Amino acid sequence: MSTTTTPPTALKAESKDLSFFYGDVQALKTISLGLPDRHATALIGPSGCGKTTYLRCLNRMHDLYPGNRYEGELLLYPERINLVASEIDPIEIRMRIGMVFQRPNPFPKSIYENVAYGLRIRGGMKRTDLDHAVERALRDAALWPEVRDRLNDQAFNLSGGQQQRLCIARALATRPEILLFDEPTSALDPTATARIEELVNDLKQKVTIVIVTHNMQQAARVSDYTAFMYEGRLIECDRTDRIFTNPSNKLTEAYVTGRFG
Amino acid sequence: MSLENAIAKSISSGSDRRRLARRKRLDALFARTGFLVTLTVLSVLLALIGQLAVEGAGRLSWQFLTSYPSRFAAQAGILSAWIGTILVMLLTALVAVPLGLGAAVYLEEYAPKNKLTTLIDINIANLAGVPSIVYGLMALALFVYEFRLGQSFLTAGLTLALLVLPMTIIAAREAIRAVPPQIREAAYALGATKWQTVRHHVLPCSMGGIMTGLILALSRAVGETAPLITVGALSFIAFLPHPPWQAEAPFISFQWMFDPFTVMPIQMFNWVSRPQEDFHVNAAAAGLVLLLMTLAMNALAIAVRARYRKRIRW
Repeated sequence: MSTTTTPPTALKAESKDLSFFYGDVQALKTISLGLPDRHATALIGPSGCGKTTYLRCLNRMHDLYPGNRYEGELLLYPERINLVASEIDPIEIRMRIGMVFQRPNPFPKSIYENVAYGLRIRGGMKRTDLDHAVERALRDAALWPEVRDRLNDQAFNLSGGQQQRLCIARALATRPEILLFDEPTSALDPTATARIEELVNDLKQKVTIVIVTHNMQQAARVSDYTAFMYEGRLIECDRTDRIFTNPSNKLTEAYVTGRFG
Repeated sequence: MSLENAIAKSISSGSDRRRLARRKRLDALFARTGFLVTLTVLSVLLALIGQLAVEGAGRLSWQFLTSYPSRFAAQAGILSAWIGTILVMLLTALVAVPLGLGAAVYLEEYAPKNKLTTLIDINIANLAGVPSIVYGLMALALFVYEFRLGQSFLTAGLTLALLVLPMTIIAAREAIRAVPPQIREAAYALGATKWQTVRHHVLPCSMGGIMTGLILALSRAVGETAPLITVGALSFIAFLPHPPWQAEAPFISFQWMFDPFTVMPIQMFNWVSRPQEDFHVNAAAAGLVLLLMTLAMNALAIAVRARYRKRIRW
């Protein structure tokens, strides 16, 4: 069924026959997919195809709700840890794999406290180190110039796009190895979207990125690899330019040319 | 029901117009009925309060607030009763807050969803409906006879704490459930433990609702009479409890918790059941004070809610 070409670059994570169940409902069906290190991989497909479900397997978000079950393997390189193994503590995974959500979800705290939170809960950091880490994260998220003079303002006073970049800074502050984006621009206007996309393009030099998007132009603009999913299965994964110009699967071609979905 | 405006004119068919007019009449009829019902309820309430005020207001005085009960109606006062009410409420809150909050956080955030927790859920809801006198009987057996706490402030506080606990837990759980899941997920996604998520985000976000629920439950408890009579409230106390401090170390004293107690509704109950008319006036005046105490607590609940709302926006 799936015609997965293994990308020529080193992998940061890889699923092998990964299946996922919401209770009795199987949402992912034996997905084998490699995520290249320090590249951006986009997950596309029609609503309900399982792309967000797959993304949330990577940081074990599904563990927060009862009745969810994983099968198969999801390996994190270089150690080859199986992320979905029950003996692996999800908290340790989430310390290494950050996430940015669909709607900006800053904490009802100050800008500074939002960015510092991930480091604060780990503990054992001096105030000056924390200050540096917060500044670095805000610079990486291209937000520093806008907020440097008002770090103690409430995060809710920022615009939607700024809030989303704040959430990116918050995720970056702990220096994650992988950053997961779950349709990060679906609640933003075109200008804010463009800034986030630009940011994703910059970030992928340093961190492995997996981005779920329903917007195919966005996938084309920001990702190096694109995986097309349909009804819980991976249909095809290839270099983004090839997926959009010369896909090998008829279904992929129909989707990227806008004939369904 | 004028159909003179431009849009109405565009509805050309006669039967359409008639149906529209009928729908609007029905709407207006409901609005008027609702208004009348509201007015009726309000006027009954106002009449009750008004009667209490007319009867009791003349008796309200500094002397009334600062005197102990007496055989002579004109010399009697509610000093031991209102101090007793405040102390009992304090103990009730001190016991109910940690227990209620702990149970609510555990049930909402930690407890696995299985048959046992469902059973606990149902039982808490049922406990909220148990008549207060039943709590009184249980408290008499447990606190007075089994634990030998005596007919004391401590017993009264514990009894009322049991009484408000189900309501406190239910209100706290509602407030915790109202915290948006995105906030929880944001914290978990950064590697927070469950306790860190609860402590840093869930509790601060839900504290307004939790406190409101607690204060409203307490303002119900402030008027409770039956369970306190059952555990042995006295109606004639002509002294104050021991002060909560003492001259020698450790300087704070818990002796007052073991003193005999009375509260406002019991003082009222006692006065109402006397034959002399003058004591009935005293009861009305005490009722007025109790009403003011309850209103003050409700006002506090509103203030607390407003304060937390201002701090938190989504």
